[in-house]
This record gives sequence, structure tokens and C-alpha cells, in this order.
Amino acid sequence: MITKGNTMTDKIFRVNMTDLTTSIEEVPAAWAGHGGRGLTSTIVAAEVEPTCHPLGPKNKLVFAPGLLSGTLAANSGRLSAGAKSPLTGTIKEANAGGSGAQFLARCGCKALIIEGQPQDDRWYSLMISPEGVVINEEKELIGLGNFAVAEALAARLPGKPGVITIGPAGEMRMAAANISVKDPDGGMRSCGRGGLGAVMGSKRVKFIAIDPKNGKVDIADQARFRDANRAFAKALVDHPVSKALGQYGTNVLVNIINEAGALPTRNFTSGQFEGHDKISGETMHDTIVARGGKPKHNCHPGCVIQCSQIYNDADGKKLTSGFEYESIWAMGADCCVDNLDHIAEADQIMDDIGIDSIETSVAMAVAMEAGVLPFGDGAGICRILRDDVAKGTALGRIIGGGAGSVGRAFGITRVPVVKNQAIPAYDPRAIKGIGITYATSTQGADHTMGYTIATNILGVGGKIDPLTKEGQVELSRNLQIATAAIDSTGMCLFIAFAALDDQTCLPALIDLINARFGTSLVGDDVVNLGKSILKTERAFNIAAGFTNVDDRLPEFFYTEKLPPHNVVFDFSGEEIDTFWNF
Amino acid sequence: MQVTVKLFAFFRDGRFKEEGGEYPAGTVVGDIVDGLGIGRDEVGVVMINSLQHSLQSPIADGDIVAIFPVIGGG
Repeated sequence: MITKGNTMTDKIFRVNMTDLTTSIEEVPAAWAGHGGRGLTSTIVAAEVEPTCHPLGPKNKLVFAPGLLSGTLAANSGRLSAGAKSPLTGTIKEANAGGSGAQFLARCGCKALIIEGQPQDDRWYSLMISPEGVVINEEKELIGLGNFAVAEALAARLPGKPGVITIGPAGEMRMAAANISVKDPDGGMRSCGRGGLGAVMGSKRVKFIAIDPKNGKVDIADQARFRDANRAFAKALVDHPVSKALGQYGTNVLVNIINEAGALPTRNFTSGQFEGHDKISGETMHDTIVARGGKPKHNCHPGCVIQCSQIYNDADGKKLTSGFEYESIWAMGADCCVDNLDHIAEADQIMDDIGIDSIETSVAMAVAMEAGVLPFGDGAGICRILRDDVAKGTALGRIIGGGAGSVGRAFGITRVPVVKNQAIPAYDPRAIKGIGITYATSTQGADHTMGYTIATNILGVGGKIDPLTKEGQVELSRNLQIATAAIDSTGMCLFIAFAALDDQTCLPALIDLINARFGTSLVGDDVVNLGKSILKTERAFNIAAGFTNVDDRLPEFFYTEKLPPHNVVFDFSGEEIDTFWNF
Repeated sequence: MQVTVKLFAFFRDGRFKEEGGEYPAGTVVGDIVDGLGIGRDEVGVVMINSLQHSLQSPIADGDIVAIFPVIGGG
């Protein structure tokens, strides 16, 4: 944690939705060294009763920009949102790009805490500026999707404020609802996982608008900061992964994960999808270029990787942006849809409804196994999203409750969730390291918590055979610790590829933090920060009633062999539990 | 011996997606890479029959060899 020479003038902005009051508070000493995920988790652990109902007045929704957000540091625009999750019942942090983090930081807002709950059924909005928070009653935009909200606010509000919003899914408090953060081009970036949109809906806050006015972030040592940023940005740009991300987006992974036999297909019954090439990053790139879209796009100013894109329909009209591998895998291979246009349309609908495209799509695959619609029915997915999920029919609410909800409603046993959160795009039987991450993550199944794919498949940060057990627990542990630290800086997780391979990257990042705050942190401080965040999160979960037995994969991963390698997940409970030996 | 070679991402540019080829006994993956005019240092991942391998790995008749540049995502 950062304890020396703190130049921060940042404050805590607090909003009480029970009595509709706001306050600006000094940052407690124990929170001063934290940002992003480290800060949201520290605040949730300090102020939220672990056994509370996630949608009740005792839960709190916390937003925090990263330590470097709002500065000119490359790729530093991630905004963390945290609360107790209505999907998992654990502590939760989800982060997104867009303008939110940079604008909040420029308001001098180190964290925004939304607590309490209105007594009546009115809806509200929050206006944030360097002067503080104003609560307004909102009537006009209730029930609207995220894109309509962004459009209406662009007309209603002066300047170009940042917008954080929930769609109908959040208003209906669906457990898969996300929180959307507008990017500078009007696209939506999502704090996707764990149902934080439902928590925002339970506070009856439809949107948060942020106007930083002339606010700037203090930098303790400008010259040092500039030098460090130059070295840091160079390390990012020079890494070959950054080149491929810019050209193909994250969807470059479809083909390689399929080739490795680890692309979960037909609700996790096979590791390879026949239609993989049709939905691959290579095909997507060619389609985007042919239709006059943009293969490269940044979700926040200052990103030098530009993994986002603008995907147009056959008529050359924008269909979606921020079209990610996990969303494409989930609607594609897992639901057996090989039509990229259907997947893009569904992605756009989910961005508008404000619902997690991983959770919802995995829920669709479970619904397909239940016979609700046939596998491969891309048009059917779009129809159900529009007619059921967006409108909150009984079926829509079951699907909007996530994969576990669908499994329970239809009596399905093959339900890929850990702590009730859907397992994403890498089968843990064929990539065993990621299975350890799914099992032990403090947040339910989440690949981003400790991305062992880098080392198991991509050969980044060394190589560990994905099909053996050896070294996987240690790999997941090291990555989860490093990720918790990176998630505190406001940095996009994709800096990790350069950080794992390029010896100049991590020192430059630490230098940026030191130059920003006038501190003298070293590498060990960053590792210790990561460890302490994981322990804080786990302590919350234990107090909420979770035990080591919750750190397990669903039964079918241990008993059903995954083709083509015909492997099962074969870690014993005792082996998994050694993860926490640090 | 008969071997199927698959290329991915920008390795496909000016080459192919998938092609069968005849190679002499004793061929290793690196030889195939050299023959395609791909720099060995550009190669990120090599798989033979969906298993992780290296440029030094020997190939056998009927193998499917997949060659990827350094890529990432997530």
C-alpha cells in the first residue's frame, strides 16, 4: 500500500439514497493507498455487512477510478465498481473502460459510495462535478435502454459528460444486469459480471453523469511521470500481442482455443466448434474491413492497444462495438451459432438492455439444452433478448437471472457456474490452470481474475502444459495476486502481456505511480498489495458464509470427458485449497 | 509424409488458411516455418494435433500442424 508522501487531495463522495443526502469526506488513512478494485473491495469489506441482502438497503455500491486514472498514463481508464453481488453472494468488483474513470478522477473523486435505499418507488440520477454530487429525481428515461439514455443525456446536458447507466435489466434487478459506461464515441463498455446493475437498480439510480469541468489530477513529479509514461507506452506498443489485439480484437482467440480443444461448445459438451472459423477474429476482421467498419477503436482516450472495433451490418450501418471474444464464444460456440451477424445483433441488444453478455449467453446455452430453443438458433436468441429479457417476462427473468437460474428452473444438471457465476470461454478440463482460477477466485468463475491462458496456451510469461496439473495452482496464485494489483491502478488488464514478457514494463508502471503520488514503491509493495486485496475479499466471503467447499467446479467437469482430448478436471479439493497458502 | 498445415491471424496474409503438404522424414516444425518464409521469432504458438509443441518438435505422417503468431486476448 502507498503510505509515503501522499499528495492526494482526492475525496470520498458519499450518497445516501435513504434520506437523499450527499457528503464529501476526507479519505481515511487506511484507504489512501488504494484505488480501483483495491479500494472498492476495501470499502465494501469495511462498510457492508457480509450477510446482508445484496439488493437491500445495507448493501453499498462503490465506484473507484484506478490510482492512475485521469492522468495521461497510457491505458489507465478502467473504472471499478464494487458491492456484494446478487449473483454470487460474494464480494464483487467489475471494471470497464469508457470515460467514467478519467472523469471521476478529474472531479477529485477517489471513490463514490452509494448507500441506503429510497423508501418509495421514485427513480433518481446523480450529477457529479468537482463540487460534489447532486441527486435529481428522474422520470423521463426510466425504462429506456442504455443507448437511448446516452442520446437523451447528450441533448439534455451541456458539454460532453461521462455517463454511467443501467438499462431495463438493472431496473428489474436481474442478477445478470451490468453497469454500462459510455465511451467517447457513444459505445457502451460494461462493468459486466456479477449483477452490479441490479444493485444500482436497487438504489433506484438510473444514471450517473460526470462533468469534470476544468478538474485535473495532481502529479507530484511531472518530469518523472512523463519519462515513465514514455517507457510504459513503448513496452505496450512493442509487444506483439498488442499488434494482434489491434488488428483482430480479443476475438483472435476463437481459433487458437478451438485448436487447443478447449473452446466450450454446445453447453460445454465439446472442446471444438465446427463453425469456429466463421466466428473467428480473422473472419471478423475481414468482414469489418469489407463493410467499412473500424477494426481498431479505443474504449478510452490514451489507450495504445485499441482492441475494440466498430462492426457494421451488411448495409454498412454500425451494428455493435467492443465485440469481445467471450461474448462471441458464448453466443457462438456455446450456443452453436455460426452467424457472426446474429451474434453482433445479440451483443448490441445486450449492451442496450444492460446485461452481462457472458452470463446471459451461457444462460441461453443452458436454456437450449433445456429445449427452450434449439442450439444454433441465433435469431431466436435475439428474439428472446428483445421480447422476454428486455420486457421482463417470466422466461426473460429466468434467463436474466443467469445460467444457474436457468439450470434450477428447468432441472438441468450441466450448468457451468462457480459460486453461481457462469464459466467463461475456456474449458477448465482442457486448460487446467484456468480451472484453478474459476474455483478459487473471490468473485465466482471469472477468467480475468487470473488469466492462466497466457501461459497455458499463448506462451506469454513462460509455458505450462494446459493438460497437466503440475504448476497450475502456483500459476493461478501468482496471476491472481498480480491481477488484483493491476486492477487497482486503473490499467487495462491487457498491459499484463507486456508486463509478463518485457522487463521494462512493470518498473515503468511502478514509476508512474511513484511520480503521481510522490511515493517510493518497489515491486514487492505491488505484490503485497495484490495479496492483501485477495485476503480482504476472501475474509468478506468467509464472513458471508462461504467455505473451501465452495471453491470447486460443478460435478460434471469431474465426470464428463471433454473431446477431443477426452479429459476431466482432476484436481482434488485438497489440491485446490493449497491455492490459499500465501 | 503427408502433413496438414494450418496458419492463423496475419500468417495467412499472402499464404493460406490450411494446406496439405509432402514433407521428408525427419522434418521438424521449424523446417515448415522456414519453408513458409515466416521468421522463427515471429512464431508464438505451435500445436501438433491440438497439443502444444515447439519449433524443434518432429512431425509424423498424418499430423495436423497449427502455427500461430504471438497473440493474446481475454
